[in-house]
Amino acid sequence: MATTDMGELFQQKIDKEIKIEPRDWMPDAYRKTNLRQISQHAHSEIVGMLPEGNWISRAPTLKRKAILLAKVQDEAGHGLYLYSAAETLGMSRDQMVADLNNGKAKYSSIFNYPTLTWADMGAVGWLVDGAAILNQVMLCRTSYGPYARAMVRICKEESFHQRQGFEILLVLSKGSAAQKAMCQDAINRWWWPSLMMFGPKDSESTNSDQSIQWKIKRKTNDELRQQFIDMIAEQVKILGMTLPDDKLQWNPERKHYDFGEINWEEFWNVVKGNGPCNKQRLDARRKAHEEGAWVREAAKAHAAKRLAKVA
Amino acid sequence: MHTDLITFLLHMGDNTLILSQRNSEWCGHGPVLEQDIALTNIALDLLGQTRNFYQYAASLSGDGTTEDSLAYLRTVREYYNCLLVEQPNGDWGQTILRQFLFSAYQYPLYEKLKVHPDDTIAAIAAKALKEVTYHLRWSSEWVVRLGDGTPESHSRMIKALDNLWPYTGELFDPASYEQIAAIDSAILKTAWLDRVTAVLAEATLPLPGQTFMQSGGKKGLHSEHLDYLLAELQYLQRTYPGNEW
Amino acid sequence: MNTFIRKCYYGDIPDQKGAGTPEIHTDFTAEQWPLWEVFIRSKQGLDHKHAGSLHAADAKMAIENARDVYTRRQEGVSIWVVESKHIHATNPDEAESLYEPANDKIYRHPAFYDLPDAVKHM
Repeated sequence: MATTDMGELFQQKIDKEIKIEPRDWMPDAYRKTNLRQISQHAHSEIVGMLPEGNWISRAPTLKRKAILLAKVQDEAGHGLYLYSAAETLGMSRDQMVADLNNGKAKYSSIFNYPTLTWADMGAVGWLVDGAAILNQVMLCRTSYGPYARAMVRICKEESFHQRQGFEILLVLSKGSAAQKAMCQDAINRWWWPSLMMFGPKDSESTNSDQSIQWKIKRKTNDELRQQFIDMIAEQVKILGMTLPDDKLQWNPERKHYDFGEINWEEFWNVVKGNGPCNKQRLDARRKAHEEGAWVREAAKAHAAKRLAKVA
Repeated sequence: MHTDLITFLLHMGDNTLILSQRNSEWCGHGPVLEQDIALTNIALDLLGQTRNFYQYAASLSGDGTTEDSLAYLRTVREYYNCLLVEQPNGDWGQTILRQFLFSAYQYPLYEKLKVHPDDTIAAIAAKALKEVTYHLRWSSEWVVRLGDGTPESHSRMIKALDNLWPYTGELFDPASYEQIAAIDSAILKTAWLDRVTAVLAEATLPLPGQTFMQSGGKKGLHSEHLDYLLAELQYLQRTYPGNEW
Repeated sequence: MNTFIRKCYYGDIPDQKGAGTPEIHTDFTAEQWPLWEVFIRSKQGLDHKHAGSLHAADAKMAIENARDVYTRRQEGVSIWVVESKHIHATNPDEAESLYEPANDKIYRHPAFYDLPDAVKHM
C-alpha cells in the first residue's frame, strides 16, 4: 500500500541519519510524539523557572543573585527555543500554553517539589539540571531537525547550570554546621525525585520503543538513569555528603552502581497532580497569563494602529 | 575622609539594587515569555551596576567592607535610594513606567558622570550608559504601546502615572552628598522632562500637572515598602551571620 | 500519485509556519503576536544565519526580543527579523528536480581540472 511505502521511505531516512525537517512527510504518530515531547519539554523549562525563581529575591550574595537570575532567565530562553521547535509541527504557542494552563499538558514532575532552603538551589542545579543535561545531550542527535538544533543551543548554554549548583553545595559543605546540615537535607530531598525524572522503568514505558526506532530518543529511560547514578555517586564523595539510599553500592560485575527501588507510587501521584506544589505552579502560570492578557492585547492594538497609519 | 563620596556611591548603588530587586520579582511571571526575558536582562544590568558602585565604595571604606556587607548588612535607615525605585511593581504598566521614568533620569546622569574627574566613576558610568540607552529605548517603546494601545491599557497607564509621578521630584532635589557628582540638577531635570514629555505625547498620555512631591529616600527616610524588600533580600545573611555562601 | 501526495503531504500550509495536520491546526493570527524568524550575524564579515524564531507584536519589538533572547552571550553584531509568513520555501517533494541536476556538473568545482604542479595558487 502507498502509505506503507511512505512509511518505509521515512524509516530509511531515519536509519541513514537524515534529519527530518518541518515540511517533510512524516507519519502522523511521529509528528504527535514529537509535538508531545517537545511541548512537554518547553513547559518544563517554563514551570521550572518557578522553584528557582522562588530564591532570586533571597540569594545570599550579589554574585549568587546575578548567577541565579541569569540561570532562570536562560530557562525562559530555553522554553522559547522549544516552543518555537514545536510550532514547526503545526501547533501555535498559544494553544500549547492553553493546554498547560488548563492542565491538559504535562511537564516534568520534578518542579512540583518545593525549594525550601538555599541549599535547594545547589541541589536543583547539580541533580535536576544534571539529570536534564544527560537527556538533553542525547537529544542533540534526535531525528527531528528543529528539536535537535534547539537542543544543541540549549546544551551549550546549560553547561554552567550544573556547575553553579555543585559549587553552591561545595561551599555549603565546607561551611558551618548549619550549612552542612542544609546541604545534606537538600540532597536527601532531591535525590529520589531526580531519579524519577528519567521516567518509568523501560518495562513499564509505553513510548520508549517507537521513539527509539524513530531516533527521537537514543537511550532508554533506564540507561540514562543508570548513567546519572554512576556519575552522581562519585561526585557526592567530593562533597563529603551521602545519597539517601542504603542499597547504593558499586557492582564490579555490572560495572555500575546498584541502587534501591524508586517509590513509583509517589511518582505517579505527582504526575497525576498530587505533588506538593502542582497546584501552586499551575496557579502561578495561569495568573501570569491572565494578568498579561491586557498587555498582549494593547501591544497588538498599537501595532495595528501604527500599521494603519503607514498604509 | 571620603564620606560624601562613599555615601554618593551607596546612593547610586542602592538605586540600581532596589530597582533590580523589584524587576526581578517578575522573573517567571511576565505577560509573555519574550518580555520576561527582556525585563530580567534589565534587572541583571542594574545588578551589575550596583556591584560596580558597591565595590568601589567598599574599596574606599576598608575595614573588611565588601559589596555584600553593603547590600546585606545595612538597615533601612542606611539605604539612600530614591523613593521611586522602591515603589511596588503594581501591574506590568506600572513596572514599565517606573523603569522608563528612572531610565530617563539615569541617561543624562550617566552621560555627565562619564566625564567625571574620578576615573572609576567615569568608567562605571561609561559602561552603564550603554545599558541604560537600551533600557530607555525598550521602556519608552512600551510606554507608547501601552498608552496608545487599548482603552484599558491607556487607563492603566494613567493610573500608574498618578501613582508614580509624586516620586519623580526627589530625583532633582539633590542631597548634600550629591555635590560629588558636580552636576547641575536643573540641567538633568530639563533633559529628563524633555524626554518624558515627548514619550508621553507619543503615548497619548497627559503630562501630569503640578503636584506635591514626596521625598526622603535619599536621606534614608523611606516608604514602608522598603524594609519588607530588605527583609527578604537580607534574610540569609541575617539568619546565618558571618557564613560564606 | 498526485492525489496521494496531496493527502499525505503535511507541509506547505500557506501563511503559517511549517506544517500542520488539520486536527491540530489552530488559527495562528487570531490570538497571539505574530511569529518572526531571526537571523544573526555573529561577527563582521560573516553572513546572517538563521538563529530561531520568536513572537512579537511589531518589528521593533521583534528586533529587541531577538537581541534579548538570541544574543545574551555576545552571539551577534547584527540582527535581521522577518515575519515568518513572508518566507516562501521550496517543497521537499521538488527536491529531485531542483537539486539533483547539479550533481553531475562536477566541472563547476576547481578539483575537476588537472593542472601541472608548477602552476601554484590558481
